[in-house]
Amino acid sequence: MSDGAPLLVMNNVGKTFSNGVTALDGVNLTIREGDFVSLLGPSGCGKSTALRLIAGLSMPTTGRLEWRKAVGDDCVGFVFQEPTLLPWASVFDNVWLPLRLRGVSRKEAAPVVGELLERVHLSGFENAVPRELSGGMKMRVSIARGLVTKPRVLLMDEPFAALDEITRFKLNNDLLELWQDERFTVVFVTHSVFESVFLSNRIVVMAARPGRVHDEIAIDAAYPRDDSFRTSPDYAALCRQASDVLVEAINSTRGAAA
Amino acid sequence: MTAVENPVVALDPEEARRLRNARLERIGRWLLPLIIMALAIFLWDRICVWNGIPQYILPRPGVVLKTLVNDAGLLFGSLLVTLKITFLGLALAVIGGVGLAVLFTQSKWVEMSFFPFAVVLQVTPIVAIFPLINIYVDNQTAKLLLCAWIVAFFPILSNTTLGLNSVDRNLLDLFRLNGATRWQELWHLRLPAAMPYFLGGLKIAGGLSLIGAVVAEFVAGASGQSSGLASRIIEAGYRLNAPRLFAALILISLTGIVIFLVLSLVSHLALRRWHESALKQER
Ligand SMILES: Nc1ncnc2c1ncn2[C@@H]1O[C@H](COP(=O)(O)OP(=O)(O)OP(=O)(O)O)[C@@H](O)[C@H]1O
Ligand SMILES: [Mg+2]
Repeated sequence: MSDGAPLLVMNNVGKTFSNGVTALDGVNLTIREGDFVSLLGPSGCGKSTALRLIAGLSMPTTGRLEWRKAVGDDCVGFVFQEPTLLPWASVFDNVWLPLRLRGVSRKEAAPVVGELLERVHLSGFENAVPRELSGGMKMRVSIARGLVTKPRVLLMDEPFAALDEITRFKLNNDLLELWQDERFTVVFVTHSVFESVFLSNRIVVMAARPGRVHDEIAIDAAYPRDDSFRTSPDYAALCRQASDVLVEAINSTRGAAA
Repeated sequence: MTAVENPVVALDPEEARRLRNARLERIGRWLLPLIIMALAIFLWDRICVWNGIPQYILPRPGVVLKTLVNDAGLLFGSLLVTLKITFLGLALAVIGGVGLAVLFTQSKWVEMSFFPFAVVLQVTPIVAIFPLINIYVDNQTAKLLLCAWIVAFFPILSNTTLGLNSVDRNLLDLFRLNGATRWQELWHLRLPAAMPYFLGGLKIAGGLSLIGAVVAEFVAGASGQSSGLASRIIEAGYRLNAPRLFAALILISLTGIVIFLVLSLVSHLALRRWHESALKQER
């Protein structure tokens, strides 16, 4: 599936923090255009660190991070684990924010914001403030905000980890639909095997201490994937495969620590 | 709101009791202080009568009220003078406090360099500084204003600084990712996030500004040029005019209460849509 041209190449990338923690070591990773890549791994294996490096929020200590296509900062969207909304601002203003910071007026932004809110099923909530929304709705606002600049790459750091399963399934479906329509590239951090198999065309399994890429798994199931895929034998087999690799990665960490 | 208070569904005894208690509490919150106040005034009056206390030592409440009405022109004129100092001092405190706080958040170095001096200014009693001010500043209004400002600006400065710095790290990252300028970050993120902290500081500063204005006038009173409520009190004290003294005192207290209530209301209105502190008051 990952047939697009390379978009981002991470070459032997490492990150050591000033407190001496080596969060990443020797990471080689290629992200292709149109990919839906999941970074899967146990807590503390450096998934968030990797994502922050890609976003340009942090600099690699060693190695190189190379954009093959001119994807300016402008074209990267970021969705955090928490909705991270401005609590005093309405839903509309929250989604408008990235455009507003680029000097786009409310009027100019209105059609784009309105369309996105419709896509994430939040039409009619433009004037609500975050505290009036449920957790799932807040996350939808956050996704809409991540997409409002029409980014080439959407980076998501465990965006649905705090949600209940039903809401999560629904948002997974919605996200896939958006991804197929807009054809942006997604790097999706998760520690759920099931979520990563359902969503991605490629899973990068990471191991901890130091954080590194343990293995990659291609998920060749065809898109569009919907709820019927969730119950298919294919899905079950792929989950088992990914889960095995994850266990392997975790065990390799134990071995290293012993 | 009424829909919540008058539920259509039948309540079990426990819930009904809780609802009743909540209602009583809401009424009691206003009623009890008023009853206690009325009782205290009544007792005050009785004590004066029973013991035959002369008016120039402890006037009866009725006399104080009469004085408040008879001397209204004088007293309210003075109140206006004190209020002017109080509000000007508060306004300057807001400008100075917020301005310095913004400066502090622009550079950690500036904050490190200057914050200790703000603390020094805060912990030194204003009455001890006043003689110096008296030497250096000629204008009476400017003197009082400076005092009110010194007393009132610190809570605003420290609260606003705290607020500007306690912004969600992820939101800061989001702004960085979107190429926000310093000014945009300040205007769209830090200032709104600091609002609850600032308003908390403002509530404290309002009362302090009044205290600063009155205290300064007291200390300056010796020179006899001022005409605020404090000088009315000193004057009444010299003349053993206790009723007027009480009347002036009551006016100052009432002013303080009104300032606090108004600032609380402003804070509530500004935050009620989104901030937890305002939500709890609303229930
Ligand atoms: N700013 C930082 N300073 C110092 N150490 C850090 C910093 N950020 C992360 N670390 C360390 O780097 C390691 C990897 O952290 P990271 O947040 O990338 O893990 P993660 O895979 O995202 O974990 P989780 O699934 O729990 O979110 C951890 O040991 C963490 O303590
Ligand atoms: Mg993380």
